[in-house]
Amino acid sequence: MIANLVQLAAEEKENPLVPPGPELLIGAIAFAIVFFFFWKKLLPTINKVLEERRTAIEGGIEEAEAMKVEAQSVLEQYKAQLAEARHEAARLRQEAQEQGAALIAEMRAEGQRQREEIVTAGHSQIEADRKAAASALRQDVGSLATELAGKLVGESLEDHARQSRVIDRFLDELEEKAEAAR
Amino acid sequence: MSDNGCGFPAPGLHSFMFEPLFTVGGFEFNKVMLLALITSVVVIGFFSAAFGKAKVVPGKLQMVGEAGYDFVRRGIVYETIGKREGEKYVPLMVSLFFFIWIMNIWSVIPLAQFPVSSIIAYPAVLAGVVYVTWMVLTFKRHGFAGGFKNITGYDKSLGAVLPLVVVIEFFSNVFVRPFTHAVRLFANMFAGHLLLVMFTVASWYLLNSWLVVGAGVSFAMTVVMIMFELFVQAVQAYVFVLLACSYVQGALSESH
Repeated sequence: MIANLVQLAAEEKENPLVPPGPELLIGAIAFAIVFFFFWKKLLPTINKVLEERRTAIEGGIEEAEAMKVEAQSVLEQYKAQLAEARHEAARLRQEAQEQGAALIAEMRAEGQRQREEIVTAGHSQIEADRKAAASALRQDVGSLATELAGKLVGESLEDHARQSRVIDRFLDELEEKAEAAR
Repeated sequence: MSDNGCGFPAPGLHSFMFEPLFTVGGFEFNKVMLLALITSVVVIGFFSAAFGKAKVVPGKLQMVGEAGYDFVRRGIVYETIGKREGEKYVPLMVSLFFFIWIMNIWSVIPLAQFPVSSIIAYPAVLAGVVYVTWMVLTFKRHGFAGGFKNITGYDKSLGAVLPLVVVIEFFSNVFVRPFTHAVRLFANMFAGHLLLVMFTVASWYLLNSWLVVGAGVSFAMTVVMIMFELFVQAVQAYVFVLLACSYVQGALSESH
């Protein structure tokens, strides 16, 4: 049977491993068409587009990078401003505190001064009153004593007493004794 | 055609012979030639539709086209030859890959149902193109003596066996290589087609015989084989282009 098959194969007019001429030609033409179309037209087109896409993507990345940098700088600027504002606020608060303290101290000093003024005025008034009262009293006591003595003696000693200043002297002595006792 | 008595129309070489569709001045134009030309139309048609109005933001079709293009460009050419040297050969390899793939796919397309590449002429043309390409490159790159050394794997450190290696390498690279390159694709498609025809014809034949169950099995096998063939078709296109790239790379490299 194998011999039969071999014989059959040999009898076949065409050997499958021997390429027929017309088919070679058609194959070459068909492939040549495809090759030239790809080579000259399609691949340059798509390569251009791929290149464009690549640059577009790279451009996009660059743009994003630039935006990031800008955002960073804006953020830093904002942060700096915020810090500055905080600093300023703290400074103002401090200043206000200081001013307030100074104001209170000033007012306290003013109050003190006024109080002292009033007290001093009161003291001098009292002193003046006391002096006036003392001199009035002295005069009254003098005249009363003279009058009394005059009644006892029976004549008026008024003028004489005045002239001799006895009463004054007596009163001074009295005062001195009181001073010493104190 | 042989007939072993039961009337089963077994597939054979006659399955690869076609009567001419028409004849122009002695030139017999058959179905396979028509399919080969339609292959060109399909490949160019698809990629024109995909890349014709290519946009930076791709549509669906362009995306598919780009994926295929990128597969060959990055996946095969850049991987073997490298990006710098390989860029020049991208158009050749891309057209080779898609041309071969579509030629193979006709095997399972209704009405066509014949892989163009199972006729040796078509793989032979393509292998020839690759052969000429890398041969020319070898001598252009290394000069006559250098090119010869490159092809024969000339290496002084081999010593006494050097003449033997030179002879074997020369024979292997210059004569066997283009032959195996073409026949690998051809034989795969040839065998695949035989299997498909076998099971398809058998399921029809057994349906009309007493072994009806066999028809079911045969049909199931046909479906399985179609899926397997779809895989083989892509793989063979890939292998053909990969080998082409490695030949070009070998021609460009300094020492073989």
